[in-house]
Amino acid sequence: MSVPTIIGTETEFGISVKNAREQDPIAASTLVVNAYKSRNLTSVSWDYGQESPLMDARGYIAETDTIQNDESNNNVINDILINGGRYYVDHAHPEYCTPECTNARDLVKYEKAGELILELSRLSAEELLLDNQEIIIYKNNTDYKGHSYGSHENYLMSREVPFSDIVDGLIPFFVTRQIITGSGKVGAENGADETEYQISQRADFFEKEVGLSTMVERPLINTRDEPHADSKEYRRLHVIVGDSNMSEFSIYLKVGITSIVLQLIEKRIIGKKFCLQNPIAAIKTISRDLSCNEKIELQDGRKLSAIEILQEYLSLAHQHLTQEERTPIVEDILNKWDFVLQSLKTDPLSMGQYLDWVIKKKLIDAYVERHGFDWTDARIRMLDLQYHDTRPEKGLYARLQKNGHVKRILTHEEIVNAISHPPMDTRAYFRGTCLRKFGSDIHSASWNSIIFNGPTGFDKIMMERPHFGTHEIVGELLNNSTVVELVNKIKADCN
Amino acid sequence: MPSEKQQEYRDHPMNENEEIQTNPEHDDSVDELTDDLETLLDEIDEILEEDSEEFVENFIQRGGQ
Repeated sequence: MSVPTIIGTETEFGISVKNAREQDPIAASTLVVNAYKSRNLTSVSWDYGQESPLMDARGYIAETDTIQNDESNNNVINDILINGGRYYVDHAHPEYCTPECTNARDLVKYEKAGELILELSRLSAEELLLDNQEIIIYKNNTDYKGHSYGSHENYLMSREVPFSDIVDGLIPFFVTRQIITGSGKVGAENGADETEYQISQRADFFEKEVGLSTMVERPLINTRDEPHADSKEYRRLHVIVGDSNMSEFSIYLKVGITSIVLQLIEKRIIGKKFCLQNPIAAIKTISRDLSCNEKIELQDGRKLSAIEILQEYLSLAHQHLTQEERTPIVEDILNKWDFVLQSLKTDPLSMGQYLDWVIKKKLIDAYVERHGFDWTDARIRMLDLQYHDTRPEKGLYARLQKNGHVKRILTHEEIVNAISHPPMDTRAYFRGTCLRKFGSDIHSASWNSIIFNGPTGFDKIMMERPHFGTHEIVGELLNNSTVVELVNKIKADCN
Repeated sequence: MPSEKQQEYRDHPMNENEEIQTNPEHDDSVDELTDDLETLLDEIDEILEEDSEEFVENFIQRGGQ
């Protein structure tokens, strides 16, 4: 049985305070998140009661130290957004999670809106700093010294699909899709082979094929089994192997083609067709092969390039997606997927206005050519880092975009609009609209719950189906009800 | 005083029924793109953080997920 497409991403941002006596990333992240939160009048906590990050998809609960959520600072480090997303301090990074989206185009819109939210926060937070101090926020994945932070994707899947099918079908895809989704990195880390430039920011950090951990010995397939929805029916695939993308085109294709591959896995089309001989070595080899043509070995003895493997996935999508599944956006993704693979095959540098790793490479190439610097020069590393700077005047990606140099998927207006408007077609609509309309009557919320603080006490509304709570289903109810009427009506419907 | 940018976002009208038309085909305007990097290269030394060596050395993050 196929489930509706529901996608969301989580981005951990790098953070630094210029001219600070000492770097304190937790304090800086808290300052930034709070600066945004203080713009709102409501004070809604995160409902940690719904979380179970140690539940493993292979069917057990991990016996690591229990994660303690410190309720005393819940309000300080959490902001639930009226666009349905979440903004909070995760470890030592500000993190933005998009609301649940039904398609890749909306996802790009909400992810890019997150960058604007960070920029607004930064501007507000700087009012509290000394004159010579400046906060810099980077949408990247590494400090180039072996410390990585993530960009995670989440996809709703049917519980009926055996986890082993997901592992077999996805590993070859995750190892190869970086030629489309990589953000590019100068140098190597984490003991991986030296290189001047590589395709992916994250490839060097993957050491295992499957596992629960997200912070050490990172696995290609993360087994966290926390669906934030009805766990009998759904699983949430938590993908940790991707790079943070600046390019709208890269984000669009990353979540677009991954959703399509998951549909193929749900249909049991992929099986063991592309199982690789050594995926952990291959992800690093492919990241270093700027020609995208190097062959890697499959378990069945075939030797195929990343382009060829992705072409096979694409061809299966053409064969097996039904007419109904080929929505205009899916059709557009299939066309762009084909266009990118053909272009990479002919000349990877032809993607210099589309894909992050190529856009960055061409900029560095031009800079190196003009000044004659060596690739190990600090200015080259600075250029790499500053490509991801989220400030519009300082960020090199932002400057390229302003100059009309990069391919866009959306208009600026659409992205600004997504700061304050939830998607209409998922439960994010209910969450975001409740927060905007009834914020002062809400005690706490999470992905699948809202706790109202009504005249007769707390009322918890569960939202176990991510594709419910839409404008179509609850729009009228939300428009025409007081908070008490709303809660009573929903409770009556549930009984 | 909010900056010009903050004002721009704050002033954006809130209309929950406002829906943006999506047309994935309409964006294929490759002609509008420029592959001219010269403009940015002319300015880049002013944009890059001063003292790159020290800046990248001191950019240290805690590992995240």
